[in-house]
Amino acid sequence: MKKTGADILMECLIREGVDTIFGYPGGAIMPVHDAMLRYPVHHILTRHEQGAAHAADGYARASGKVGVAVATSGPGATNLVTGIVTANMDSVPIVFITGQVAADLIGGDAFQETDVTGITLPVTKHNYLVTRADEIAQVVREAFHIARSGRPGPVLIDICKNAQIEETEFIYPETISLPGYHPPEHAPMEGLEKAVELIKKAERPVILAGNGVLMSGAMDELQIFAAKTNTPVAMTLLGLGAIPASSPLSLGMMGMHGEAYCNSAIQESDLILAFGMRFDDRVTGMLSTYAPKAKKIHIEIDPSEVHKNVFADVPLIGDLKTVLTDLIPMLDEYDHEKWMQQIDVWKTETKERSVMAWPDDDKLYTPHVIRALWKATSGDALVVTGVGQHQMWAAQYYEFEKPYRLLTSGGAGTMGYGLPAALGAWFAHKDREVWLIDGDGSFQMTAAELSTLVQEGANVKIAIMNNSFLGMVRQWQEFFYDKRYAATPITGPDFIKLADAHGIPGQRATTPDEVFDAIEFAHKTPGPVLLEFVVEKEESVYPMVPAGAALHEMLRRPIRK
Amino acid sequence: MHNTLIALVEDKPGVLNRVASLFRRRNFNIESLNVGRTDKANISRMTIVVNSEGVDARKVEANLYKLVNVIDVQDVTNQPAVIRDLALIKVKAKPDQRAEVSSLAAIFRGNIIDVAPDSVIVELTGTEDKIESLVELLRPLGILEMVRTGNVAMMRGDMSGKRYTPGTNGNGHVE
Repeated sequence: MKKTGADILMECLIREGVDTIFGYPGGAIMPVHDAMLRYPVHHILTRHEQGAAHAADGYARASGKVGVAVATSGPGATNLVTGIVTANMDSVPIVFITGQVAADLIGGDAFQETDVTGITLPVTKHNYLVTRADEIAQVVREAFHIARSGRPGPVLIDICKNAQIEETEFIYPETISLPGYHPPEHAPMEGLEKAVELIKKAERPVILAGNGVLMSGAMDELQIFAAKTNTPVAMTLLGLGAIPASSPLSLGMMGMHGEAYCNSAIQESDLILAFGMRFDDRVTGMLSTYAPKAKKIHIEIDPSEVHKNVFADVPLIGDLKTVLTDLIPMLDEYDHEKWMQQIDVWKTETKERSVMAWPDDDKLYTPHVIRALWKATSGDALVVTGVGQHQMWAAQYYEFEKPYRLLTSGGAGTMGYGLPAALGAWFAHKDREVWLIDGDGSFQMTAAELSTLVQEGANVKIAIMNNSFLGMVRQWQEFFYDKRYAATPITGPDFIKLADAHGIPGQRATTPDEVFDAIEFAHKTPGPVLLEFVVEKEESVYPMVPAGAALHEMLRRPIRK
Repeated sequence: MHNTLIALVEDKPGVLNRVASLFRRRNFNIESLNVGRTDKANISRMTIVVNSEGVDARKVEANLYKLVNVIDVQDVTNQPAVIRDLALIKVKAKPDQRAEVSSLAAIFRGNIIDVAPDSVIVELTGTEDKIESLVELLRPLGILEMVRTGNVAMMRGDMSGKRYTPGTNGNGHVE
């Protein structure tokens, strides 16, 4: 049967299980939005294409499905780019669909023409320019396969307007042929045997669990591995939830703002087991002094990540869940008792320095708010953040017991990610409590999406940590620029009135005893709620490994009695 | 030092751009890049010479495999491979100098492929060293123009070049 390119696109999306699309219309994509009316999909109109990209990202991370975002040509497509970069850095499967001017106009600087495949080439896993309707079905199948398999990532399809309008025979391709694309699964036996030898000899092993654990769904295998070999587990920001924070084997988060005992354990270890992580500079500190006594086993699906920053004595290239499943039966049991005792000593020392141990001085600190949120939500909310101090505190003080509970821009560090991503997350899990923990700076970047929240009736609870500063940059200025606060003091609207203008109920808390009341207000009010917490202005995130310092050279929080 | 790699890629629009863009963004310094058809429809072959200073060929291979259209990568550096470059060199030559150019070219098994009143074009195929030697000899006569294809490479016999992640495919592996 003959169908238009736009209808063929929708037929293919439906077959990929798509029922939720985030987007923004425009001239070059009108046939696609028109076709959506004929198919069982819900299109969420964001207020800016960046919002659509982040919402699709939040939806994908929360659901484990491929997110879809749609925009028109030119500025519509370029507005997606920040969201594409964010997804690319954090390996989030999203298919982006953009309209393009008619094929015969390409290259002529037509109205709203932009070389979108050229612009997005370095920041997508793959991209396509479609000039004819009969290419659409094949391309969409390939795009979804590429986005979700191997190391997931964003794929962009730029579809010329004529291809959306033309009618052609719709034949759904039963198979796809990608001769250059075969994501690895099993690691070779020879490598596994070498790994077993290193594990046998290790006295002070540490597992580094990254986003790959969640992407591969290897949480059970990780826990079995860790328990069998009694190996502590440090997590990257995106790996949080890989094992429960309450597990005695959890070392919490590693890296620049990681737990001191966690970083100390890494620096002192004699065997690093890197599971689906890529040794980002925020994780390693200075490379030349990174875990100097440790041999490294690196299990990773993307061969280009192996040896990239840290040399792997044993690289195991494959799907983490598959490789661990192969590896676990080959292992003996170990207890590493002395090592675990040493880690306990470090843990106790860290607890003394925690903000939570401070005497009540009637001032409101972000960690207090986050801990209160953690209690009030039984540690089970879907937490979405912006980027900055509040993000690090959320990672430190909201103790994640389960995977896929923290959605945050790690690699790209995209401010403004939070609100639209929270919207997307709610569409993935309407049954779950979704909390946006945001900073006043981050929130203002994409605050226009409040309207979208209301239009969609999205039950997202918003908690803004307002310190009237771009706090993380301010902190760096305090430490490294003699407190010259260049361009970091920031004002904002009256956030409660802003919420009110959108028809969103709001409440403000300025002292510690108002925190629980505010959270309770959010809990008993249906639909979106905005809470503003007016927190200490010049508080810093500790510990901190200054950029370029060795991982153990942390700036520690001064002890207060 | 240089590393020479052979990449088989799908013959699709934009593939050369993808490879070039990858090298730029990963800061790999390309010495030469040659693309051409193969005996198989839809498959092109690239010979890529990279400056190996600070760049490990393994890294280049792994990154090439990140491109969906790259089917196979081999490193033929220091392997039993035939590596050839082709040069066209236009040299100033009055009629009385033609014999000199011709005899120099002959020593290197080059050919004079065009003669004009004041110049000749020498065609030479060989290794980079060989071409550079002839260029130096012709330089005193006056080189008007020169073009080189960059290296093309092929392994001898049924041998294949080095693959750094055997059995794991990277993204691709010719079965």
